[in-house]
Amino acid sequence: MVEITDVVCSLCGCVCDDIVVEVEDNNVTKVKKGACSVGKSKLMGHGRIESPAIRENGSLKDCSYDDAIKKAAEILAAARRPLLYGWSSTVCEADKVGVELAEEIGAVIDNTASVCHGPSVLAIQDVGLPSCTLGEVKNRADLVIYWGANPAAAHANHMKRYSYISKGYWTAEGKKNKKLIVVDVRRTATAKMADVFLQIEQGKDYLVFSALRAMLYGYEDVVPEVVGGVSKKDLLETVRMMKEAKFGIIFFGMGVTHTGARHNNIVNAIQTTRAAHTHTKFNIMPMRGHYNVAGINQVCTWETGYPFAVDLSRGYAWYNPGEHSATDLLIRRECDVALFIASDPGAHFPGESIRHLAKIPVIQIDPFPNPTTEFADVVIPAAISGIEAEGNVYRMDNIPIRLRKLVDTEYMADEEILERILGEVRAIKEKEGE
Amino acid sequence: MGTKVNLISGRTIVQGQNLDNKLSEEYFSEVATCEMNKADMEKLGVTGGDSVKVKTSYGEVVVRAKGKEGTPEGVIFIPMGPWANAVVSGDTHGAGMPQYKGIDAEIEPTEEEVLHVKDLMKRYME
Repeated sequence: MVEITDVVCSLCGCVCDDIVVEVEDNNVTKVKKGACSVGKSKLMGHGRIESPAIRENGSLKDCSYDDAIKKAAEILAAARRPLLYGWSSTVCEADKVGVELAEEIGAVIDNTASVCHGPSVLAIQDVGLPSCTLGEVKNRADLVIYWGANPAAAHANHMKRYSYISKGYWTAEGKKNKKLIVVDVRRTATAKMADVFLQIEQGKDYLVFSALRAMLYGYEDVVPEVVGGVSKKDLLETVRMMKEAKFGIIFFGMGVTHTGARHNNIVNAIQTTRAAHTHTKFNIMPMRGHYNVAGINQVCTWETGYPFAVDLSRGYAWYNPGEHSATDLLIRRECDVALFIASDPGAHFPGESIRHLAKIPVIQIDPFPNPTTEFADVVIPAAISGIEAEGNVYRMDNIPIRLRKLVDTEYMADEEILERILGEVRAIKEKEGE
Repeated sequence: MGTKVNLISGRTIVQGQNLDNKLSEEYFSEVATCEMNKADMEKLGVTGGDSVKVKTSYGEVVVRAKGKEGTPEGVIFIPMGPWANAVVSGDTHGAGMPQYKGIDAEIEPTEEEVLHVKDLMKRYME
């Protein structure tokens, strides 16, 4: 048995890096400390895709890596409007090869931000983001606001490591000297811990941000008695707490990005943060979901100039979310081939887009069988990044952290699979050019 | 004609624990559910574990009812996953983001069985 310390979790955007595990006979046998229940579940492992496979007459038939990679390359090289999607649960080194592959075949490359914090990206491009690192939150924040986010379910270590419960340099007494405000439609487990819980009517976030902005700028008189289901009294109390804080932070989640107003909600959230600057230090940060969704946004930006939904079919990068985002391409039935890596559109895309996926060739690269496997035509199993493969990822505050390899595997890493597909595609194109 | 409700979806802790285990019974029993206020359950005449059919302009799906304190009246919550996505909107309104929350839906008791994930995916291949 070997004990490994400082293990980095490859599950959510918290990227906890102080985990201790035990490894025996090349398996993680125990998670001793550091991980939340979700991270622990990932580290302890689940059933795998056992072999590369190609669909024949409706059912998947096992084959070799060589055959699956060759088949994937043939499909991609012949595609007229390919979509390469996912990239958030793998490492930046693999993402880099993915962008190169997209460029080679003139694909649209999109990532899971598209159905997660894509609207946040649009808002940030519009009005900027007064933000900070999670280290600064831990050491300084005395007011934490979770808005449309339920870390108790989605980022279970977030409060303990970085925000409300954490103990830092100027916050040595933890939550004793901090305040927590939660804004949500449901009284969630996170909401139950709050000093102030604003239970808003679904879809009314924009109105409540606007009311807070007006109050922070001193225009209480224009705010009605109830806004989006929240009383003016509670709004005034929230504003008082914001003004009195030495260092405040708003963490926002899918409750704000998934509703009707989308990026407009986030623009208003950022402007509310800016309004708080007239009184004190205030920050805002999206609660990024996958452990490297921030990383693919980084890689895609430094390789193409844009963070997601990038069309490379013109021979140069073209960015128009809403046109080139995965969901839009699929609903318009525009793409004729899709490659999914480190993501599961079968589980997480609207049914209408899956209907099109069921009709076109789909290549899946993933360690685990999932709903996407049910309609994939080429399935290529991959090593699990952070357990069987190493590489760099970006935490939700855009801090790069290197994932460690804990055990050996015969599965190929994402980076190698993509490099081999790219090599095959280039060979096919070279042959066609002769 | 079912009861009109506002449908939202989102994460749960057990859904997260089974992100890499979506073909499991544990994922099925957590995600193929519909959380709602007890008053709404009484109005529908269902108890926890009963099948309910959720219909929207984008599709319909059968899930199991689950009483959940803290869910406001008139709102139902289906954990993110294939069952919720069978009835959410793919219209991104030019922003790239489907609408996963705030969908007008109707809900009614049903005798129909909840489909397992493989059977649910088969519906897209018909």
